Amino acid sequence: MNRLYFRKIKNFIFLGLISLSSLFIIIPLSILLVFLISKGLHGLTWSFITELPKPAGEMGGGIVHALLGTIWILSLASFISIPIGILGGVFLSEYGEGFLANTLRYSADLMTGVPSIVIGIFTYALIVIPMKSFSALAGAIALSLIMLPTIIRSTEEILKLTPKHIRKAALALGVPRWKVIFFIIVKGNISTLFTGIILAISRATGETAPLLFTAFGNMYLSSSWKEPMATLPVQIYNYAISPLENWQNQAWSGALLLIILILILNICARLISGRFDVGHGPKFIFMKLRKKWTSKSF
Amino acid sequence: MDKQIILKVKNLDAHFGTLHAVKNINLEYQEKSVTAIIGPSGCGKSTYIRCLNRIHEELPNSFVTGQVELKGQDIYAPEVDPVEIRRNIGMVFQKPTPFPGMSIYENTIIGLKLQGGHSKSELMDIAEASLKKAFLWEEVKDKLKKEGTSLSGGQQQRLCIARALAVNPPLLLMDEPTSALDPIATAKIEELIDELRKEYTVIIVTHNMQQASRIADYTSFFVSGDLIEHGKSELIFTNPTNKKTEDYITGRFG
Amino acid sequence: MTYLSSTRFKLAPHKQDKICLWGLRLFAIVIIALIVGLLIALFHLAFPAFKELGFSFFKGTAWLPSEGIFGILPFVYGTFLTSFLAILIAGPISVASALFLSEICPKRLASFVNLFIEILASIPSIIFGLWGLFYLAPWMRDTASPFLKSHFGFLPFFEGTSFGVGLLTASLILALMIIPTITSICREIMKVVPCEQKEAALALGATRQEMLKLAVISPSFSGIMGALMLGLGRALGETMAVAMLIGNNPKISLSLFAPASTMASVIANEYSEAVSSLHTSALCAVAVVLFFISLLINVLARVIVWRFAPLSNRSRG
Repeated sequence: MNRLYFRKIKNFIFLGLISLSSLFIIIPLSILLVFLISKGLHGLTWSFITELPKPAGEMGGGIVHALLGTIWILSLASFISIPIGILGGVFLSEYGEGFLANTLRYSADLMTGVPSIVIGIFTYALIVIPMKSFSALAGAIALSLIMLPTIIRSTEEILKLTPKHIRKAALALGVPRWKVIFFIIVKGNISTLFTGIILAISRATGETAPLLFTAFGNMYLSSSWKEPMATLPVQIYNYAISPLENWQNQAWSGALLLIILILILNICARLISGRFDVGHGPKFIFMKLRKKWTSKSF
Repeated sequence: MDKQIILKVKNLDAHFGTLHAVKNINLEYQEKSVTAIIGPSGCGKSTYIRCLNRIHEELPNSFVTGQVELKGQDIYAPEVDPVEIRRNIGMVFQKPTPFPGMSIYENTIIGLKLQGGHSKSELMDIAEASLKKAFLWEEVKDKLKKEGTSLSGGQQQRLCIARALAVNPPLLLMDEPTSALDPIATAKIEELIDELRKEYTVIIVTHNMQQASRIADYTSFFVSGDLIEHGKSELIFTNPTNKKTEDYITGRFG
Repeated sequence: MTYLSSTRFKLAPHKQDKICLWGLRLFAIVIIALIVGLLIALFHLAFPAFKELGFSFFKGTAWLPSEGIFGILPFVYGTFLTSFLAILIAGPISVASALFLSEICPKRLASFVNLFIEILASIPSIIFGLWGLFYLAPWMRDTASPFLKSHFGFLPFFEGTSFGVGLLTASLILALMIIPTITSICREIMKVVPCEQKEAALALGATRQEMLKLAVISPSFSGIMGALMLGLGRALGETMAVAMLIGNNPKISLSLFAPASTMASVIANEYSEAVSSLHTSALCAVAVVLFFISLLINVLARVIVWRFAPLSNRSRG
């Protein structure tokens, strides 16, 4: 009986500890959110969203240049990475065996692990140096390099979910293979694919490091892809580390704006897919990878 | 026969969410006998058997009313601890469930280890005895250190039986233990149950009527949580009193 | 269904398919070329530093750009210390939370907590950095470090005073950032444990805790290890939050209160204001090392998951 008592105490302690563990997640996050909202909300005015920044030291000013910059650069990055990513994913799912496909797969996996700052440096070397200036284009390319591997792998995994017999049935109808792929398989999964893409975009929205030496930053509104352009995350960073209180406050409002933008994207993604527990981020990829790693010989 | 009644089920009801899965069962089980429970799928057989060792209540939204007396003690009495009760009842499931990451030997004695209080040599002896009772000793005695999961399906199931026997429970519950096995493995386990009846009380859920008629002394017939008929197997299968039982046995329904 | 008719094209269907295949192959090659190009470009940039500095780069503990002295060890130290500390803190919390959420927590509370974790996962690094700078760092300086000093000051880890930013602060924020990654992966893994295993453990008379250990944690072990590795990988490359909270001092020190630097943070902080081309090249060399370390962790994650996977998974192929 003594032993059973001991086991029950162990049981109680263990269950108690793991129940409390979630508090370590909820409490810091709540503090963060409360802080963010309390410091950023009153500065998040219409003029903040629509005005350009004022010179250093002056009160007021806005962040429209960074907001538009983020939208512009993200659009450009999406324009580059989405088609390439989807085609890469299609290749992997439909013609997935063989040397080229495996190389692509491993390379994409490799890329997902590369720190974003390294990608920034690479883009600096590739684009900024030849162009002899920081530019929105460089920033867009850097972001697209970050989005690309995620889009490739998530496209592959989503398309692979379609059972093989559907492909066979379509081929049996006399449809050429490429049409089966694009008009039946891809088309059939378009909303899930879209979800994965939006989630990739939402992650790219918050990226700061790769933009530091590519798009760099700008205190003015820029519309040319050849010039440096401000983006929300970089602007927040610059304001945050500055000594001016006005700018520090604006950093908070900018941060609130950024998080709202990201949440909107996430909610859109969930609504499109119709599910609320989908994950196409590293977790999803990891689960598939793990299944792959443990089932094939190494 | 002067066999004692080892298990008494009185007015047992079990609910699962809004489903009234087991309805007012009253049954008695003799010691050292085998009782089969048959009936169409989804009729509460598995739920019933899980009430007998208080596993059913682990499911969310479930509750059980009634009494189950094991050797005179009601296991549903408020002061009784389900964890302790389960020491006296062994259970084997449809899918063989050796614990991963543990060797055959470790799997066999895990129940004992959890309870504690046995020396190493005692554990070894009990493991050997249990594996022998489960008709598995000869096949694994040279590879006790190998992973439990490296055995074939039928062997794994016998390992689970050995594991259940190691804690020496008077009552053994089996939920369709051979459904996932091939005919040869099934035959081996049926042979095993036949031997077990000499020492243990076995209640076995099965959807295989031939199996029930082969190995069980008594058979209960359940439909949708109701006990339709219970009696000696030979009577149930040759001369059932209830029409529903007759229909099921002759294949007219279910 | 005219759009599926192939009479529109002059080519025979199997030729169309061939074109499609080669088109896709082309894209695959382009992508691979891009990735290889990344490596080559990085090496190209870093090469001058390797050539000029030689082994002193890898062994040196001093980083003095104005004098042309570049040693990478302070940053390797900072990176590994903060990442391992982060895993040490986040690991138990994440695994315990995953266990809690998948096994014990009532459904409605679970979706609430999950929502928190999802929100935490989508917060970008810069916002963690911002909050860290204005909340966590002052808290560390004013509340936490005096507490630690008064109780554990005899340990070399808690020497000196804290200015808020430093190794410990950076580790804390890193831990917060990788918790969602590890937790959500662990939850997925624990969800797929067959419930018969759990029932079998309970049927043997195991307590809840014993059942969890036997039937949930044990089979999930390899997955949990993999999740931790993934978290580690993320922590290693984390830039912005660390850059803002680590104090940016390229020195190795034992005290957790001391400011330090990581590979990612030094690149972020010094790159645009590099004093010489050697400086730039040295920073690129740091990027190369960071890249290879991330790669190594990735490969290690693979090996660990494979090695610890239950034998049944492996042998059945």
